[in-house]
Amino acid sequence: MAHFTKATSIHDWLNQRLAVDSVKKVLATEYWIPKNINFLWAMGMILAVTFGLLLISGIFLMMYYKPDTAFAFDSVNYTIMSQVGYGWLWRHIHAVAASVIFLIIYIHMFTGIYYGSYKKGREMIWISGMLLFVTFSGEAFSGYMLPWGQMSYWAGTVITDIFSLGSLNLDGLVQWIRGGYVPGDAFLNRFYMLHVLLLPLAVIALIVFHFATLRLPHVNNQDGEDINFKEESDKYLSGNTKSSKVIRFQFDFLSKDIVIVGFFMIFFFYLVFYHFEFAMDPVNFDPANGLKTPTHIYPEWYFLWTYEILRPFPKNPGLLAFGFAQVIFIFLPFLDRSPNVAPANRRGIFKIWFWVLIVTMVILTVLGKLPPEGIYTTYGTVVASFFILLWLSLPIVTKLEKPIGSKK
Amino acid sequence: MAVKKERRNFLGLALGGFTTLGGIAALGAAKRTWDPLPSVMAAGFSVIDLSVTKPNVLYVAKWRGKPIFILKKTPDMEKNPREVIVGDSRYLICIGICTHLGCIPSYFPKQHKFICACHGGQYDSNGEVTKLPPPLPLYIPPFKIDGQKVIIGESSPEFQKLKAAGLTA
Ligand code: HEM
Ligand code: FES
Repeated sequence: MAHFTKATSIHDWLNQRLAVDSVKKVLATEYWIPKNINFLWAMGMILAVTFGLLLISGIFLMMYYKPDTAFAFDSVNYTIMSQVGYGWLWRHIHAVAASVIFLIIYIHMFTGIYYGSYKKGREMIWISGMLLFVTFSGEAFSGYMLPWGQMSYWAGTVITDIFSLGSLNLDGLVQWIRGGYVPGDAFLNRFYMLHVLLLPLAVIALIVFHFATLRLPHVNNQDGEDINFKEESDKYLSGNTKSSKVIRFQFDFLSKDIVIVGFFMIFFFYLVFYHFEFAMDPVNFDPANGLKTPTHIYPEWYFLWTYEILRPFPKNPGLLAFGFAQVIFIFLPFLDRSPNVAPANRRGIFKIWFWVLIVTMVILTVLGKLPPEGIYTTYGTVVASFFILLWLSLPIVTKLEKPIGSKK
Repeated sequence: MAVKKERRNFLGLALGGFTTLGGIAALGAAKRTWDPLPSVMAAGFSVIDLSVTKPNVLYVAKWRGKPIFILKKTPDMEKNPREVIVGDSRYLICIGICTHLGCIPSYFPKQHKFICACHGGQYDSNGEVTKLPPPLPLYIPPFKIDGQKVIIGESSPEFQKLKAAGLTA
């Protein structure tokens, strides 16, 4: 190329320099989405939108937040909440979005598991998704440190202590992570850096990567059907839109997506204005005190199930179980030995496995919130062990599964 | 014109080598930046006056940002090799941090035990574990007895003896 003609319009001017038409085709107007999907396929877009809300509200919170152990608590609970005009709004949006995004992430993940959207070419979608989950967990944890309340301090203590790796007693590593013997000023500042810069950058990069991993395999559909995208899109482009199995991303699929996003926004802002308190733990409204542990420490709801896998066991086995629970999901595409890409309800015992997994995680979540006493500790040990057995049994369960003759 | 492959390989290796060296140096600098500051690490000593303690009342002092538990024992509490004897009183002196994941246990004077709220661990009045998950008894910090005072952070023959006997890590 490099032969430029006098532009006939702004569009033409840009097109000559940036090939906007081709880019738009590849990314949007000729990125094909199956017709045979449902509202659960809008969760990805809801996640992208909610992440946008976190970014915007976070920018405003940064204008008054002070990452200093002497001022952090008041800068949030006094300055932002009662002095800054609409400061409370940004804080409520940020807190509610941080909590709700995990609800949507879990729905998004379990949709993927239910429809088998992690295999036969979709492994990288799943792996990039899990990397997003891990990075997002780090983002949530680092953000939780910032108000420097009692829960910030003690969650920070307990979680960084995990890096002493039990009987290995790597106290030096823990002190290195903290920048001191106990969480202090250096600790708060480095987690502030992670929360407002490094981790968001990583999340944005991973979202771009996640989208890239979707481009070639395309999204799955309600029947796990192996669609010939070339054939179906040709049908669509030749005007045969009715009988084609696919639609354009822009604006066909996008307009459907936006309807679901709209419903979500109503729910979301209802929470922001009328029910924000579920996202703000009352204990964190006491300033951090290194000499007094709150009577009962628990993480935010979305970490409760992993917490309950750490808690009921003795220290070393507890850490091993916790590590297992943290990484096992990422291996799902390789633990599932069945060739079937189909909804779980057509996959025989995998259907039972799927629902039992959900129930187990819900029970672990409930137990994680209860005080670690008496019979609850016993229940915790049993259910947490069961969770591990469930995952270890997956290769066998899926090996036993009968192949389903490719449908249609 | 023939391409001089060797020349190109050499340039590639040289560039790669220097970049790797620079990268390693930068990682080293990054690691050092994350290190705790010397002022934070500088060993601190805390001097605690034992004459103010009362039996079965937990006294909490601070040493390097951590709580130090001092418990003067009552006569009905059993003798234990971990206790520190000062004059005619027996004491539990330990770091008040749960050996499981670092919470601060609370003392319940009536039951003579420490309970950790985080994951339900329990210790008796000798700092020994009576309920899991904590893997070890409460740590005894380096200490030195000086009359009615105890200096935390400085070692002494008494402390070395406890350590040698494996009574604290
Ligand atoms: C901020 C976090 C995330 C964003 C913004 C995001 C976004 C998206 C979007 C826009 C799609 C396509 C539409 C859809 O099927 O919903 C998608 C698909 C997918 N995502 Fe995510 N995602 C995120 C996290 C995750 C996580 C944690 C996982 C789990 C490991 C995951 C696994 C998948 C899978 C398997 C698909 C393919 C679904 C199919 O083929 O039917 N994603 N994601
Ligand atoms: S930190 Fe005390 S029991 Fe876990």
